[in-house]
Amino acid sequence: MTGRRVRRNRKGQFEIRLAEPERELLRSLGPQLREVINDEDDDAAVARLFPVAYRDDPDRETEFRLLARDELRSSHLAALAVLEESAGAERLDEEQVLAWMRAINDVRLVLGTRLDVTEEGHERPADLTDPRAPAFAVYDFLSWLQGEIVDALSP
Amino acid sequence: MKPSLSVAPTEVREPEIGEVVVPDRPWVVIVWNDPINLMSYVTFVFQKLFGYSLEKATKLMLDVHEKGKAVVSSGPREKAELDVFRLHEHGLWATMEHDE
Repeated sequence: MTGRRVRRNRKGQFEIRLAEPERELLRSLGPQLREVINDEDDDAAVARLFPVAYRDDPDRETEFRLLARDELRSSHLAALAVLEESAGAERLDEEQVLAWMRAINDVRLVLGTRLDVTEEGHERPADLTDPRAPAFAVYDFLSWLQGEIVDALSP
Repeated sequence: MKPSLSVAPTEVREPEIGEVVVPDRPWVVIVWNDPINLMSYVTFVFQKLFGYSLEKATKLMLDVHEKGKAVVSSGPREKAELDVFRLHEHGLWATMEHDE
């Protein structure tokens, strides 16, 4: 397959041109991401999905969390559910593409945090036998797909 | 980057006698640089959430990328909290604080 993989057509729908193994990969992300979203312990990856709002005000931060955390969790889960349900679809509407964009980014945030990626990318394993190589391959695929989605959505 | 708010919203509640009244200064929403979010994605999110032009959204994204942070919106506390929430929904590293 060549050319754009995510394209807005004249009817305003989005045509998704992905191979079946790529769609299978997207489906496989669900259970892993759901586990992180529902995790009550704030490790670095969880914290990346639920950032602090008030850096210097613990009281207001506690209050904000009480109000926002459940809603934010529901929002992350809802986007993920759309991605899982429509991973096989050839056409998506804009709401669905926006959900794909958020869910894929959530996975990138978790993977990128765990892989400790930097803007320079120096941490990339040079050797394919490196145990981190598969995770980097998934991360790079998702980064590329995210870029395709953003390009298709951008006005 | 400084927001251009000139009028601070005032407290509705009547002050108690002897109470020091602190005016409700505006809040600013700050987005911090991170190595994971794509530059095109951050620009798109600023356009989508705040209705900014491509030029303005790109400038803010570049400020985040090059200076480490940028003020992306400002206003009363409730609005700032909603903006932070929406940015968190999109995986951006957003915080809020009082304007100085």
